[in-house]
Amino acid sequence: MSKLNSRIPEGPIAEKWTNHKNHMKLVAPNNRPKIDVIVVGTGLAGASAAASLGEMGYNVKAFCFQDSPRRAHSIAAQGGINAAKNYQNDGDSVYRLFYDTIKGGDYRAREANVHRLAEVSGNIIDQCVAQGVPFAREYGGLLDNRSFGGTQVQRTFYAAGQTGQQLLLGAYSALSRQIGLGRVKMYHRHEMMDLVKIDGKARGIIARNLVTGELERHSAHAVVIASGGYGNVYFLSTNAMGSNVSAAWKVHKRGALFANPCYVQIHPTCVPVHGTNQSKLTLMSESLRNSGRIWVPKKKEDAEAIRAGKLKPTQIAEEDRDYYLERRYPAFGNLVPRDVASRAAKERCDAGYGIEANDTNEGVYLDFASEIKSKGKQAAYALGDHDPSEERMIELGKKWIEEKYGNLFQMYQKITDENPYETPMKIYPAVHYTMGGVWVDYNLQSTIEGCFVTGEANFSDHGANRLGASALMQGLADGYFVLPYTVSDYLANEIRTGKIATDSPEFDAAENEVKETIDRFLNNNGSKSVDHFHKRLGLIMWNKVGMGRSEQGLKQAIEEIGLLREEFYKDVYVPGSSDEMNPELEKVMRVADLIELGQLMAVDALHREESCGGHFREEHQDSEGETLRDDENFKYVGAWEYNGSDSKQSTLHKEDLNYEFIKIAARNYK
Amino acid sequence: MASKFINITLKIWRQKNSKAKGALETYTLNDVSTDSSFLEMLDQLNEQLINEKQSPIAFDHDCREGICGMCSLYINGRAHGPDTGITTCQLHMRMFKDGDTIYVEPWRSRAFPIIKDLMVDRSAFDRIQQAGGFVSVNTSGRTMDANAIPIPKADADKAFEAAACIGCGACVASCKNGSAMLFVGAKVSQYALLPQGKVEATDRVLNMVRQMDEEGFGNCTNTGACEIECPKGISIENIARMNREFLKGALTKA
Repeated sequence: MSKLNSRIPEGPIAEKWTNHKNHMKLVAPNNRPKIDVIVVGTGLAGASAAASLGEMGYNVKAFCFQDSPRRAHSIAAQGGINAAKNYQNDGDSVYRLFYDTIKGGDYRAREANVHRLAEVSGNIIDQCVAQGVPFAREYGGLLDNRSFGGTQVQRTFYAAGQTGQQLLLGAYSALSRQIGLGRVKMYHRHEMMDLVKIDGKARGIIARNLVTGELERHSAHAVVIASGGYGNVYFLSTNAMGSNVSAAWKVHKRGALFANPCYVQIHPTCVPVHGTNQSKLTLMSESLRNSGRIWVPKKKEDAEAIRAGKLKPTQIAEEDRDYYLERRYPAFGNLVPRDVASRAAKERCDAGYGIEANDTNEGVYLDFASEIKSKGKQAAYALGDHDPSEERMIELGKKWIEEKYGNLFQMYQKITDENPYETPMKIYPAVHYTMGGVWVDYNLQSTIEGCFVTGEANFSDHGANRLGASALMQGLADGYFVLPYTVSDYLANEIRTGKIATDSPEFDAAENEVKETIDRFLNNNGSKSVDHFHKRLGLIMWNKVGMGRSEQGLKQAIEEIGLLREEFYKDVYVPGSSDEMNPELEKVMRVADLIELGQLMAVDALHREESCGGHFREEHQDSEGETLRDDENFKYVGAWEYNGSDSKQSTLHKEDLNYEFIKIAARNYK
Repeated sequence: MASKFINITLKIWRQKNSKAKGALETYTLNDVSTDSSFLEMLDQLNEQLINEKQSPIAFDHDCREGICGMCSLYINGRAHGPDTGITTCQLHMRMFKDGDTIYVEPWRSRAFPIIKDLMVDRSAFDRIQQAGGFVSVNTSGRTMDANAIPIPKADADKAFEAAACIGCGACVASCKNGSAMLFVGAKVSQYALLPQGKVEATDRVLNMVRQMDEEGFGNCTNTGACEIECPKGISIENIARMNREFLKGALTKA
């Protein structure tokens, strides 16, 4: 039944990528300018791919819906980027990064892809430093590292709490250089509306100029989709407001399979929800778990008193605090992987120990008091004061915290109006990243020939749970070091094709479909806003396809989303016209795709009768509430084929996952 | 958080497109939670306008956590509004009182033409970057080991502080001359402070400044408004450093 050929090269795992590179086809430099490549999205994956392909000499067109490629949401990544450099001499290696990533993904990622990622990780850091990315350094002038969840080494490189910003600006600078040299043509404030296929191959896109509303036809010999993840299906997430699934979904509708849509990462440390008009959730970087300890009160009455405003967290005695991650997972403590930490927070709040006075009492503490003291003491010693007073330690400790996490503390304070240097942060899990995405083979090519998918938009490297600081690594690895080879290998057969015309029936048909959809929404004359439907979709998703999923809830979600879709098409109201800047029109097109995707996520979650990583089926847990995988029946990638807007009709294809180099085992962080 | 609700009056710049004439329109909005961000307040107003079948207000925004640099807005005569060290998306309604009238305008600068309502075109910044805001190194990853050149922590920290610029354009909007020198100075400084950027420092500063002038940005007269309104606290030291680099370059190249 499977149509899936993962094209994993033969040979020992450590030699696969090298051998593969040695045998791929090349395109000679004089032929490259005759070949057009489209890149959709300019985050880490897209910007690095566009810059690298442009530098090779291909004729690249890059697209982003934002006002500048530098705005892509990679910019908001905070904590860091992993690389197996072993600069800290604490036992790291390519194998270890490979192993941690497979285990972190709960044995649902493809071994060969992950190993390649670990192999090239070191070069990313070399590349970024050469580009002038100002990573944090030690006093000796060498690069500093810190720890992230799911690892026992320090392999995370960082730039304060703004690593994504610095890496994206690095990739943006490389892209800007190519734009300046005329090798990349940049289309900002442009959104991809559809993929154009000719004779089964990806041959271009229909794009909408968001300023004028004009539809444009762009042809190419290959199309790279780097449009990010789909966390906004929950309405409230840490994604940017504009983040959407549409480019990936259009490719899916044109025949590319969509893999593991139910694998969603709920990040444990975000600012809790505060009200109904809230538009998004804000992450507090995982790096804070290097320094902060997570707790709730041991006594329910204390939690109640805190919620009622009668007690402050600083008044709870040490012995009355439950550091539940340290209690349950002593080996990794506060640095367990994200899915584990999130579920543990939910468990405590469901049991009545939540400390936030919102509708659901959902919130736990992230406390820096011990770290402030211990780092303050170290700082005092370094200054020659071997008997520092309590105040002195706290003063110096706060300074240390400010240097490491200053921007995060400031963000927190602006949102909540509370000072996290004085009182613990209140945090709760929120939707953050999506491991699922368009199915791709080892070459990052989808099931549509010539259509490559990279970064968060594909499904490839993180299995059922991504480790912190690995998304930045994947985006740049794919764009700088993988796609230049694999796209060239594909394009080697295109050197005789010549320019692809945009007046073909296929382009006509695709543009007409887009026009019809736009007209339909603008003439709908419904009564409710796009956000109204988006929020309702988000609630269904969060309550029934969120952190805990059950057969009954998922079945309800599938039906409810189906009904919501019908109501949406009948009753959504979109103001304005198609020939102007019209943000509501942009939103309605995106939400239409999110509704179909949301339903598919529930379908996928229902079919996967096991718990793994971010996918937690309440029926499948052990007596301690840990995930129970079913390797016998579900050790595969579930890739769905589109069969119309009712996602219940989608067809499942399976790619079996073979673990030849790592012994598959129960995941244990205890 | 103890949330309160306030009623406000808004005077908002409306302009259909870059060629149309614009004007301030008045709106009243009730029951705004003081825990809402400024942009969530605008969402609430837009929801109200859409329900009344009126045209919603167009404004730029994306990450809503102060890092993408897409949001803008001149609020009560200040870039990013009446708080310091933040972008508009991080401004919260607790900064306002019940009954307040709030003026909301787009960035005002010749080099940032209005697209619609509160949205402006900042692509001039991209073109400056394209003129030289990079290190000319290819993306092979095979340069040299990342730790091959130790960089003094103080230099790396300074480069980082300059690189923290989010390219929002508040500096230009706040400047009486419409100068982009804080933006350009920050980029020039980031690279000039690092050994990797020093190699082509001269060409970089000359090219970026040339493009900056071509885009129609004004000159710096050391008022310092840019530094005060910069949401990331970029220092005007960076302008001094750029001037130094520029003079050095202009003298040695000419």
